[in-house]
Amino acid sequence: MIRFILRRTGSLFLLLVAVSFITFTLFQFGPADPASAACGQECTPERVQEARVALGMDQPFLVQYVEYMRGLFSSRLIGAPGAESLCQWPCLGKSFQTNENVSDIIARSLPYTVSMAIGALVLWTLSGVGLGLLAALRKGSATDKFIVGAASVGVSLPIPVTGLFLLLVFVNQFHLLPFTTNEINSPFGPQGPWAWVLNYLLPWIALAVLFSASYIRVTRTNMIETFGEDFIRTARAKGLAPRTVTFKHGVRAGITPVVTMLGMDIGLLLGGAVLTEQIFSVPGLGFTAVRAAVSGDLPVTMAITMLAAFFVIVANVVVDLAYAAIDPRVRLQ
Amino acid sequence: MTQLQSPAEPGTAGAATAGARTTEARSLLATAWLRIRRSKIALLSLCVVVAIMLFAILAPVLSALSGNDPFTSNTSPEVLDDFETPGLPLPGYMYPSSSHWLGVEPGLGRDLFARLAFGGQVSLTIALLSTAVSVVLGTVLGAAAGYFGGKTDAIISRLMDLFLAFPHLLLVLSLTPILQSRLRDTPLGQGSFLPMASLVIILGFFGWAYLARIVRGQVLSLREREFVEAARSFGSSHLSILFRQIIPNVMGVVLVYATMLIPTNISAEAALSFLGVGVKDPTPSWGQMLNAAQAGNWYLSDPWFLAVPGVMLIVTVLAFNLLGDAVRDALDPKASRH
Repeated sequence: MIRFILRRTGSLFLLLVAVSFITFTLFQFGPADPASAACGQECTPERVQEARVALGMDQPFLVQYVEYMRGLFSSRLIGAPGAESLCQWPCLGKSFQTNENVSDIIARSLPYTVSMAIGALVLWTLSGVGLGLLAALRKGSATDKFIVGAASVGVSLPIPVTGLFLLLVFVNQFHLLPFTTNEINSPFGPQGPWAWVLNYLLPWIALAVLFSASYIRVTRTNMIETFGEDFIRTARAKGLAPRTVTFKHGVRAGITPVVTMLGMDIGLLLGGAVLTEQIFSVPGLGFTAVRAAVSGDLPVTMAITMLAAFFVIVANVVVDLAYAAIDPRVRLQ
Repeated sequence: MTQLQSPAEPGTAGAATAGARTTEARSLLATAWLRIRRSKIALLSLCVVVAIMLFAILAPVLSALSGNDPFTSNTSPEVLDDFETPGLPLPGYMYPSSSHWLGVEPGLGRDLFARLAFGGQVSLTIALLSTAVSVVLGTVLGAAAGYFGGKTDAIISRLMDLFLAFPHLLLVLSLTPILQSRLRDTPLGQGSFLPMASLVIILGFFGWAYLARIVRGQVLSLREREFVEAARSFGSSHLSILFRQIIPNVMGVVLVYATMLIPTNISAEAALSFLGVGVKDPTPSWGQMLNAAQAGNWYLSDPWFLAVPGVMLIVTVLAFNLLGDAVRDALDPKASRH
């Protein structure tokens, strides 16, 4: 097991380096002219030059990359010689727009993204697994058909449409919920957990509608498969109560693919729910990334993309390790 | 998949599960069609898909029939309110009428029907072309990885891992403006082509990894099959085996995932244009229309502006998704048990 963990974390490290390298290449060498792309619409020749030096474009590429990554371990000086400024650890560069430390921007945005992710996750896991299980138990019935149909529709609802629709109905027409405010980013704030829930309920629902659809499908398919297996028949034949068979034997065996999906989706969502944050004006990572992408704020988009990829990769490894802990066969591969 | 169209063994199993009495070889599309025909939902979604395609293709004809075009704006006080809610179409122009089949847009007073039809052309072109790019990349790379094995496989497989690790929307979102700055001085970057070309390239380039992984898995087992060995013994080159024997046999899976990729790309175009980095005004697309409905909160003044592109988008994505399910059920016997 320890060897497995070591090997897995070893490849994790390599993948992280690869991802950071590729992201860096894409963003630094992708633009025809990163400096003028970075300095946006109100661009002056001085600002282009400023951006060019701030990007370190006079240096060889590998030096630029190593210098950038060095910021993860210590503070460093960035900017034109003579006009350097200190970029505090952990340094991911400075925003072209506000000259703020990118890591500060990320630290400020992350609580909003986490708030969005947690609630949505709980909501769609409960509804997705619950409905999927119900459909599997009543396979072929009208309930099953309705749930499967609803899942097909749910997976086809684009977030912009559902999001705007929810805002229209719940906030604008019937005033049932407040419009999301920037002041609440954790359940432990001064307004208390209830205000937090109300504040994020609509974005949670918008995300959950989309996500739970695929959880319904996966849960249903896997549960049907599991219920058809021999050990379930044996458990039934032993005379165990149907409830015990369903939940203790069936769900435990059939739920593993859902765990995988969950891990991946958590990783994905921590990188920012781009559309949902935009629609509900929640200033999380995704919202910040859109702002930065539109205004050409390269250091910010680059850092957020890297961070988001990190989350996905780490989530992947955590899922693998969890699997190995549950199922010894995985370790042998 | 192999039983569907294999030169070495004319479709026995495929035809048998299709319930046909003959054992002739049947082309992939014919097999799919045979099975899709039996499901009402599949047929209906196919009809809807065809109708939407026609709607988009015939956009110039349809808008000419309605007597409007998607770009002419009309802000005269007879059309748009300039009193209570400046820019909001007056009642006679807000909703469907004989002069404007879906009413006019708030703010600029352009015809919504013409914009919806031409927007469909833009949205569907982007979705189909980017799917084509992903499918070609995914099939060739996946097949090469599976067929050659060894170092080729190792490199391509790691590449797939990498591509799958990146959060798709975020990367596409932040790279689109960068790519546009690259394309601006090329023939592809002229006028309204620029956002379309950049979306096709980016969505296509970041969408191949999943398909490649599936194709690779299929090819791993295919390459050990007798008909591949036979071709090898005839002295066929690797490339000829890859393109004549292997790839035709994975077309079933490819078709399934292509059908599923189309709605994903339609949604992605809508998302990006909605966020303001994809198709931009004055070029219409369904995502751009959503963006226009949200800008200035017009959709709060009247939900109609959200409903027009929104319903179109939902119906299209739903129809493609259901069709994708049907194609999968038809061509992938393993997946259709439940």
